[in-house]
Amino acid sequence: MSFVHTLVHGEQGAFKPNSLTPMQKMILRFVVVGLVYYAVAVIEGMIMRLYEVAPIPGVPTEQFFAIMTAHPLVGIFGSTYSTVFGAFLFLVPFLMKKPLWSLKLANWTCALLAVGTFTFWFAGFLSEYAPLYTLYWPLPADFTQFSVWGGTFFIAGIALVMVGTVFFVVNIFKTITYTPAGQDKQPAGALLASALGLSGLQALFTRKKTTHLVSLPVAAIARGTVDTALNAGIILFTGVLILVYMVAAILGYDLRHSAVDALLYKNWFWWGLDLIADGLVLIFVAGTWYLLAMLITGKPLYMENVARAALFVEMVVSWTVWSHHLMSDQAQPGILKTVSGEMVTAFELITQGLAFFITLVTLWSARPLKMTHPLKFLLGGLLGFALAVPAGIMQADLGLNRILHNTQWIIGPHVHVAVLVGLTMTLYSAIYFLFPIVTNGAKLYSEKLATFHFWTHLLGGIGMGAFMGMAGLQGMLRRSLYVNGEFNVYMILAALSGTLLLVAFLAFFYNIVMSLGLKGVLEIFTPSKLETTDPVPAG
Amino acid sequence: MVDSTTVLWGQTLAYTFYVLAIMAVMGWFALRVTQDGASKGVKPAYFYAFVTFLVTLGVSLHFITYYTIPWKPMDMHRDTITPDKVFNLGVAAHKFQPPSETMQVACHEKVLFNVTSSDLTYGFGVFRADHSMVFQMQVVPGHRNDILWQFAQPGVYTIRSTEYSGPAGVDMILKDAVVVSCEQS
Repeated sequence: MSFVHTLVHGEQGAFKPNSLTPMQKMILRFVVVGLVYYAVAVIEGMIMRLYEVAPIPGVPTEQFFAIMTAHPLVGIFGSTYSTVFGAFLFLVPFLMKKPLWSLKLANWTCALLAVGTFTFWFAGFLSEYAPLYTLYWPLPADFTQFSVWGGTFFIAGIALVMVGTVFFVVNIFKTITYTPAGQDKQPAGALLASALGLSGLQALFTRKKTTHLVSLPVAAIARGTVDTALNAGIILFTGVLILVYMVAAILGYDLRHSAVDALLYKNWFWWGLDLIADGLVLIFVAGTWYLLAMLITGKPLYMENVARAALFVEMVVSWTVWSHHLMSDQAQPGILKTVSGEMVTAFELITQGLAFFITLVTLWSARPLKMTHPLKFLLGGLLGFALAVPAGIMQADLGLNRILHNTQWIIGPHVHVAVLVGLTMTLYSAIYFLFPIVTNGAKLYSEKLATFHFWTHLLGGIGMGAFMGMAGLQGMLRRSLYVNGEFNVYMILAALSGTLLLVAFLAFFYNIVMSLGLKGVLEIFTPSKLETTDPVPAG
Repeated sequence: MVDSTTVLWGQTLAYTFYVLAIMAVMGWFALRVTQDGASKGVKPAYFYAFVTFLVTLGVSLHFITYYTIPWKPMDMHRDTITPDKVFNLGVAAHKFQPPSETMQVACHEKVLFNVTSSDLTYGFGVFRADHSMVFQMQVVPGHRNDILWQFAQPGVYTIRSTEYSGPAGVDMILKDAVVVSCEQS
């Protein structure tokens, strides 16, 4: 088999796009969008890593901060949301053995995520709109620094993503609760109560034995989706507020910034933002760990009822932890800093610790296991959160936060290790596991390349986080620039680690393209020839 | 009061030890989970012991830091403490407006920095000559932003904004703004 033939037709010609169901095409489209935006985020990350060593000629400071603004949003919405939403829109009907409520709405979600992400990225690139994702009031409406038109399109792009997110939320809950045509009436209320954990909570007080109507992974998806919905509401509301100031400025009116209280705004915005970082990410990840552990071992989950309860606790905790982002705000009430910022946040150590323990014990129960790609990436994902969560708990302390807040410690050992090692390796595990299922048995081009992908990603992710953390402990700030080489030893090492991450992604991307073939990748975007609502072909 | 460098060293040691330990555990697990051996399962007692450990660790961390990091209780109760010295600073249009005279402080003197922003959200951080951070706080417009501190080491300290306020905020650095001397204390 020649190189060109494999590049065009895929490994051994095993991938047959004509055999794909509409559901398989839907998830593959989401994954392609997610991977393309992951590539954008990695390239942006590398530009910033190099800029932190020495400013790049031709790239003004304003563009550096515009990249810094777009980078996490492209990573979260363009890449992670796309991959996760696609996977869950496939898995919920797959696990519940009933069709997705609306395939059309799912495809709209994919399109809105793709177009919305491109819109805000391009608006930021062209206009250098750079209030960062934190949008601390009144910075997003500071038109002495930023273009009002650039900002308007930027916010409009975010709004498109949020509309796509709302479509995802509706589709997930409707799929859980609706009765498909021709089937017996399903108890919508009971299914919803089971998915959200309300029936389990009720059983605690009534001593009634609970029958779980939905499986644990579906319960995790439903609970994480609650946070997804609340987050979309907050971001849409904030976007509308900022747009009011922008439209007024376009029409020649200068609205008073002080009409919005900066601290109150910071509280509601962080309450919403934290529903991603400390809510849906942790819940979705825990649910994915459980699902992968059960699929890899073929065994039931260890302590399943406790795992369900922990997911419920995690959801409630995620609504009450936002204040750990405001520990350096001296006007923030002390009771919020202590109770929400310190004590409730500590629960994340407990809930994530339980998920870690339960997953490992479930895997252990089926030893000896073969060290497959899904298993090694799952272990990498577990290690990522085992490193990142304690780093976060340390900074959520009133004493330590005083010397850690806004340093590279936060963004390195906590955020990037959580996202790149913990979350992304968990997603890679799911991708490697689902690959033969959603492609109807396509062959992976190179097993060695997948192993190379694992090691370069793991070492790159941990290395980058570690060197950023060391710089942070020496006082290096995030969201800033050091042009005199003050922290260059750490920044060069972090850039080298970042290069490993880039190499890892290129190896993975090449492996996938060679597995499916360019023709196969393009045919993912054409309509399916099969008229079925089943996730995979029958038989 | 103990210098913040000492606390950072303690944190660095503790976290480094933890990182090495958890990596070793995961490496051991990855090796053993692929090897033959009857799995007897894990008794629920171990699970509940682990839960107890996590709860104890999560809660006790904050009590331990309350009693070992001196600026923590001082910050939480700063309303009830009378400072030895007060410095009022303003911030506007990406520029710090310090007092007209250099801020002179004696070691272990309780000094209150009160910083007011009239436009954007900024940060207020005090840094050593080697760029390491002594402490920081956020400066939110329309609100009181004050921090009480005791310097432990003599030196000349730089003030820098620790919060992003747009590209124009990168140069918000006030060199040699605070002079701490130990002879006076």
